[in-house]
Formats: sequence, structure tokens, C-alpha cells
Amino acid sequence: MNMRAKATPRPQPARARWMSILARATSGELEAAWERLEERPRYAVLRRPETGLVMVRGRAGGTGDPFNFGEMTVTRCAVRLADGTVGHCYAAGRDKRKAELAAVFDALMQSAGDARIEETVIAPLARRQVAERERVSRKAAATKVDFFTMVRGDNPG
Amino acid sequence: MYVAVKGGERAILNSHKLITETRRGDGAVPEVSVRQIGEQLGLAVDRVMTEGSVYDRELAALAIKQAQGDLVEAIFLLRAYRTTLPRFAVSEPIDTAKMLVRRRISAAYKDIPGGQVLGPTYDYTHRLLDFALAAEDGVGLPEAPVADAPLDDGMPHVADILDHEGLIEEERPDGDGAEVFDLTREPMSFPAGRDQRLQNLARGDEGFVLALGYSTQRGYGGNHPFAGEIRMGEVSVEIVPEELGFAIDIGDVVISECHMINQFEGSKEKPPQFTRGYGLSFGHNERKVMAMALVDRALRAREMGETAMYPAQDEEFVLYHADNVEAAGFVSHLKLPHYVDFQAELNLIRKLRQEHQDRLEKEAAE
Repeated sequence: MNMRAKATPRPQPARARWMSILARATSGELEAAWERLEERPRYAVLRRPETGLVMVRGRAGGTGDPFNFGEMTVTRCAVRLADGTVGHCYAAGRDKRKAELAAVFDALMQSAGDARIEETVIAPLARRQVAERERVSRKAAATKVDFFTMVRGDNPG
Repeated sequence: MYVAVKGGERAILNSHKLITETRRGDGAVPEVSVRQIGEQLGLAVDRVMTEGSVYDRELAALAIKQAQGDLVEAIFLLRAYRTTLPRFAVSEPIDTAKMLVRRRISAAYKDIPGGQVLGPTYDYTHRLLDFALAAEDGVGLPEAPVADAPLDDGMPHVADILDHEGLIEEERPDGDGAEVFDLTREPMSFPAGRDQRLQNLARGDEGFVLALGYSTQRGYGGNHPFAGEIRMGEVSVEIVPEELGFAIDIGDVVISECHMINQFEGSKEKPPQFTRGYGLSFGHNERKVMAMALVDRALRAREMGETAMYPAQDEEFVLYHADNVEAAGFVSHLKLPHYVDFQAELNLIRKLRQEHQDRLEKEAAE
């Protein structure tokens, strides 16, 4: 596999959005969502969950030329539903069950007319993730410095 | 040279059993879990991930437990483990301006857009041993205050403020699309590009990089630095899997970043302006990223037309000695049996001494 060959990007913002939400979910959350499905679809595993590495790149000075910074673990999986829809997952970490369930939900999201998955699975995960980020940011915000200037010879009384 | 020696199998086996028992410590004390290490010794985990060059908190915590807290050994374990994993992809470069900021300070500008955010830091603590942490019933569950509103979205880098005035060198991709050097796949080569140097320093031993950075401050390659900005928080990582053909975000990594701003008197080609040094690490590790930024700038001597006179400016010296897995390996190999070598040296010394003695006796006789 030539990892440097750049495929022409074909952006799919809607799918990229739900895939990133699924990648950030915990396996507990996805397992619970799977259990809650009224009808659990049958699927074939095309690529069994597999853990590998992604080389993370940075940029010199934050904005300059890229450099290889260090690797991270990532787990991927691909599944196919009975109707032929193929779902993928690439998620940071080594959680194989999560990668498999995320690939199944990716496939379900693509198969036509399944707005229920967005409502019952994706949206709640997204809300939890946004709330978590906001909580982190609000805790950081509590440590923001409010500078005040001391003016000499201007003390009352 | 060392030679293979047989005969120690039982001693080695028993030594493994002894280190396993020693690592466990007093059986009356509860065993520490990998999760506890991940949660409560997080900064050790961050260092192991950075120098082990694999972002995975659980693996780094496991390595720390296995190495009995010896971080250089843990880094070695993580490096060894990574060789068992296939590489799926190379990420798009991370965008640190889009960080979910947990901490962000500047020592160059007081009023920076987005503000000075102290975050979790020991900087303003008294460094007195806190015996409350040693109390039998522990510290309970401390909770930090939560502000009413989150921080501003997308905090600009401080260096970019100077950039608008042209007072600092620009940091833009040169767009030549050159292959990015990868130390995990190719041997070191010189003269080294900045990509090779930054990868080496990012993986480099914190103590070594710190000492070199310190040496530049003490006059061995001084570069008059200001901590333009230090920030820490989550950035998302994007890859373009071949089978998909579009970018997907696979999750977040916590990183620390330092922009050093350095004085530069100018050269024939360049007017006087500030120059940059850059540091980046996984997790929270400001000491490392600050030191790395100092050494990155020192190593840019050639590019700046400065005479490289000091160790921190000597890229061969720095790059060949920064990696603690290689360094520990080479120093430690002296522990391996060198019996034949030593016998040869012993014979040589005896011969030389005999010759020396004979010469003295001959001179005395004359």
C-alpha cells in the first residue's frame, strides 16, 4: 500500500460528520445504542477490526512545512449490510468492539431513509460530545487572568 | 565486541521471577492498576507517549507499570510495541490554532486575543510537599470551578500578531511538496532538514533536550528567547483513507505547543526581525516543548547564516544523541559479556607492562 499516494479528495461532509461523532463515542455508548435498536440488522464483516498506527503530522511553527510528529494507535473496521451498503470506521485507540459497531452505524446512516439513526444515535452522541468540550472549556475559562493595573498615588482617602 | 555465552538460563529465569516479585512490592499494599496510572500519573504517561512516539494512554500506562516507573525503560517498551503494528495512514497536519484550549499563556504579550488562560499548572504552587496527599483517607474528589461561558473559539497564535507587521519571519509551507522525512523509515541524513530535526527533537530525551536548551540560555549559542506562546489542549486528527477518498476525523490528541520568539540581527539577505523556534509534544509537557523550541532555533544556525560554534547548534551532535532508546541501548550494552575482549586487553596490558619493565631494567643497567 502506498500511503503517500494522495487520492483526489471527494469531500462528503455529512458522512464525515457522523463518522467523526462515532469515532469519538465510547464502546459503551455504541453498545447501548445497538441494544436499543428495534431491529438489529444482519451484517457481514468485510474487514475485521484491526489496530494499527497513524503517523500524526505537525507543521513547523504551527503553520509551516509539515513534519512527522509521532504516531497514534487507531482501529479500523469495515462491514456490509444485507442491502450491500458498506460502513467504515477509523477511530483513535484500540477498541475493536467500538470500531465494529461504529462501522455498522456508518452503514445504517448511509442506507436510504434512516433518519431514525440520526435522531436516536448520532444526535445524542454529538450533544454529549459538545457538552463535554464545553465543560472542558468552561473549566479552562475559570483560570483566565483578569489583569488590573495598579495606579500609584491614586488611592482614595 | 561481545560473544554469546551459554549457561545462565536458570539464573536468568529466576532473575525474571525476582524482578516480577520486586515490581509487585509489599503484598500487603494494594496493587496499582493501569487505569490508576493513566488517571493519576498522567504527566509520566504524557512523557512516555511523547518519547515512545505513540499516542495511546493505556499502552503508555501499562509500559510504566511494567517498567516499575522507569520512564526510559517504559519508552523503550512502547517503541518496541509500535514495531508490531501496521501503519494505516499519515495524517493531515494538525491545526493547533483550532485547539480546544486547556491552557494558553504568552510571556511576550499581556493582552492577547482570547486571554491568558492558566489551566492546570504547578507554576504558581509553592513547591512545598503537600502532606494532605499522604493522608490515609486521600484527597476525596476535588472539583474545579466552572466558568459561565467557554473560552473564545479558535485562539490565534501570538506569533501571527507580529506576523501582520512583518516583524517576525513568516512560517508558511514552501509548497514544494517534498517528501516529509520519516525517522522511523529512513536513517538519519545530513545536512538535516527542519522536518527531520523536529521529528528527532519531538521524540528526543527530555533531559537531553532540556540541558541543550539551557545551554543556549547560558551563552552556548544564545538566541535571546521569549516564550511567545505556550498552549495545551485537544486537537483533532484527520486522515484520508484510500478506500474512502475523503478526509475523516478519527479523534483527538492532547498536545503541548511552544512558540519561542527570538531576536535576530539580520543578515545580508534578511532585515532584522524576530525568528521562531518551535516545540511540540503529546500530552502536557511544557518543559519539553520550551526546551525543544530553544534547540530548534539553535539548530537553524546554518539557515540564518550564523556560525555554529556550540553543541546545541551542531545538528550531528544533537540528532545523534537525542534518542534515549538508542543512547540507553549503547550505554547498557557494556553490561553484556565482553569476556574475550577483556582477556585480549588484559594480555595486551601485561605485554606492555613487561616491555616497560624490561626497558627500565635495561636503562638502569646501562
